[in-house]
Amino acid sequence: MKAARITADGLYRAALGGAAALVFVVVALIVFEAARGSGLSIRTFGLGFLTSTAWDPVSEKFGALPYIYGTVVSSALALLLAVPLGIGSAVYLAEIAPRRVGAIVSFVIELLAAIPSIVYGVWGFFVLAPWLRTAIEPWLIAHVGFVPLFRGYPFGIGMLNAAIVLSIMVVPTIVSISREVLLSTPRSLREAALALGATPAEAIGVALDAARPGILGAVILALGRALGETMAVTMVIGNTNRISASLLDPAATMASIIANEFTEATTPLYISSLIEIALVLFAITIVVNGAARVLVYWATGGRRSAAALA
Amino acid sequence: MSRPALTRAAGHINRRAIWSRIVIAACYGAGAIVVLPLALIVWHLLAKGLPALSLSFFLDMPKPVGEPGGGMANAIVGTLILVGLGTLFAVPVGVGAGVYLAEFGRGRFSSLVRYTADLLSGVPSIVVGVAAYGLVVLPMGGFSALAGGVALGILMLPTIIRSTEEMVRLVPQSYREAALALGAPRWKVTQQVVIPAARAGIVTASMLAVARAAGETAPLLFYGRTPYDDWNRQAWTGALVLVMMVTGISAVLRLTVRRVAQR
Amino acid sequence: MGTLTEPMAGDAERRGHAFTQTAETPGQAADPPGPGLDSKPVIEARDVCLSYGAHQVLHSISLAIAERRIAAIIGPSGCGKSTLLRCFNRMNDLYPPVRYSGSVMFEGTDILRSGIDLVELRRRVGMVFQRANPFPMSIYQNVAYGLRLLGVRSKRELEEAVEGALKHAALWNEVKDRLNRPALGLSGGQQQRLCIARALAVNPEVLLLDEPASALDPTATAKIEELILEIRSSISIVIVTHNMQQAARISDRTAFLMLGKLVEEGPTRDIFTHPRERLTEDYITGRFG
Repeated sequence: MKAARITADGLYRAALGGAAALVFVVVALIVFEAARGSGLSIRTFGLGFLTSTAWDPVSEKFGALPYIYGTVVSSALALLLAVPLGIGSAVYLAEIAPRRVGAIVSFVIELLAAIPSIVYGVWGFFVLAPWLRTAIEPWLIAHVGFVPLFRGYPFGIGMLNAAIVLSIMVVPTIVSISREVLLSTPRSLREAALALGATPAEAIGVALDAARPGILGAVILALGRALGETMAVTMVIGNTNRISASLLDPAATMASIIANEFTEATTPLYISSLIEIALVLFAITIVVNGAARVLVYWATGGRRSAAALA
Repeated sequence: MSRPALTRAAGHINRRAIWSRIVIAACYGAGAIVVLPLALIVWHLLAKGLPALSLSFFLDMPKPVGEPGGGMANAIVGTLILVGLGTLFAVPVGVGAGVYLAEFGRGRFSSLVRYTADLLSGVPSIVVGVAAYGLVVLPMGGFSALAGGVALGILMLPTIIRSTEEMVRLVPQSYREAALALGAPRWKVTQQVVIPAARAGIVTASMLAVARAAGETAPLLFYGRTPYDDWNRQAWTGALVLVMMVTGISAVLRLTVRRVAQR
Repeated sequence: MGTLTEPMAGDAERRGHAFTQTAETPGQAADPPGPGLDSKPVIEARDVCLSYGAHQVLHSISLAIAERRIAAIIGPSGCGKSTLLRCFNRMNDLYPPVRYSGSVMFEGTDILRSGIDLVELRRRVGMVFQRANPFPMSIYQNVAYGLRLLGVRSKRELEEAVEGALKHAALWNEVKDRLNRPALGLSGGQQQRLCIARALAVNPEVLLLDEPASALDPTATAKIEELILEIRSSISIVIVTHNMQQAARISDRTAFLMLGKLVEEGPTRDIFTHPRERLTEDYITGRFG
């Protein structure tokens, strides 16, 4: 009898399935709200919004370029610091350190990844900034100040501070995923290389080569985190709408400008512009994170524990 | 062809050997550099946050500008309210979804759900806040705890889904088989055997999500407070409390997972 | 690197089956190294003992490996065959704590002592493992890997060397049209021959084979055995195998190990037809292990 019987099993499964499906609803709602809210701004400024540097609440002229610039540059700098250090640490933990030491240290690094971002912001503002202001930045200005990158006044906060804080925040991601990917490559690769007369570093090189897709995924994932990081960056980046070449100057990211000005935005166009910035940010992080997850999933053969570092 | 000696070869090969040592030393260095700032942060947390950590921190209201002492009771209460609301939204949905994925999740729908949950976890908190603005603030005519709760709930959801799924998967298959062999219908097996078995892990993982969410709320509560020195002192302590909560719960979670996996 | 592009000496004359070979000094297998070998020793182990921590694996082994011959090491599982093999290229060092005593002479040097350039040693004493382990790169890159380590940069040189090694390993005709395809796409037997080619590419003097065909089907195994016989004319070979028939088929001399001790060693024909030791006879007739 093949009638559509409503069974307790079926209901239960449907209920749970419905809960699961809510995930789609949530994402759809976010997209919907972001799109709706930015409608006014999109209609007013069009594509020029993305290339304009104006930011004047009074005359109601808004442009997102400084914030896109700030987001991209701060994230790129953060990766510049975090990637070599992260991969080097992962190599150390996976290949060089004795197994016990490696396990303990990576456990600690993973725990530290759970520190709320505001803590990084607080540290960056109250500890790193004074240090930069009094020691590092004056040194940079004095010795390499002729380079536009290091010209300016030692504020302590600004692009450099944000880049450093961001890199500290994303390094655990790179370290733990890269380490796991390295550990999942077969030991026989290194043996084969050594038996051919490779030095230890060259044998590790073979393993790294095999681990490349996974490590790439880890880096892109770290990029995604850096792009979307709000709290810590807001506290240390200074928040200005001027684009400057110098790392010592304050800047702003898409996340930080929204965090700073959203509650004080008064006019509909102001609010809509901020929402449009959120939309752009959303789009970028979705694309970056989507690509990263695919890479990591594929490279670790489906093991998700490493990718579970949200 | 000249053959280098087997002992202490000179020239070409030594270059590779030296390079190998440099690379390995650099990896040691990278490890040290990575651990260093993290250690620094923890040290600062303890050094600056511990002194003000007392019962008064939790129970007293902040004093007016310039006066030392006082606590962050209002901020803490506010955090608790927001986090409570978020939990109310996120835990039923998240646990439900997680159980579904673990027990029934093999097809394309489930893969899509997992992937989307992962995507959701990568959405910046500010974007979620903006979405909550449109969803809740505008219709309600103003900022409210509900808006914050919704935003927090969305932020917590992916974590709860993923960890619930992992916890439920850890439940040994033999439990399910035993119950089924006794004639229990599938849904009862899940509801009455599997979920209770995974309960400890689910609760801990949810607490972790809650703790992380609390971390996101803290700044929201600083709105309207301008005095910086007061904030300075309090901030460290607040931060310390947060970190202690998060790391404590994380560690418990790890241990729970290990214990469950060894069953 | 000139040797790889020169015509292989002795290519035309296939030495063929071990049983047709005449032993110069019959019945001399009684004394371990030196007398009894029909060519000079390329590797000579003298009283070699090896321990991992407190656990001693090899007990006072003295064994000479003849140049350009195939030496087989047989014995029941766990008797230390692979460990002994790995003494010849110091691969045991990968699993500390390792303690050696005694000596292994290779090219006039004791390679067990400290101060040995392991990188150079391993280039001259190559190894092929039980399970084929090609790198996740293309076939070409696999074979070229060792050469690149040595600093060979010229494309022409690399290509010639790769071709030479693949021909030497009897794999060229099967892969010459797909050198840039992933090595992992080859069959098990082909992958193992690729590993042999890879090891041959750096022109070693000795090739150590650790049960190279144990994971392969009979056809692939036969191809590998054929290949080993062919390359013997230019390289000294030591093969560890748990397959006695294989040892009987291809090797010139055989050493029988048990529980880390060398029980008997001699020309293969003697070992298999009239072994001196009772233990050897028991093992060969299948009474244990």
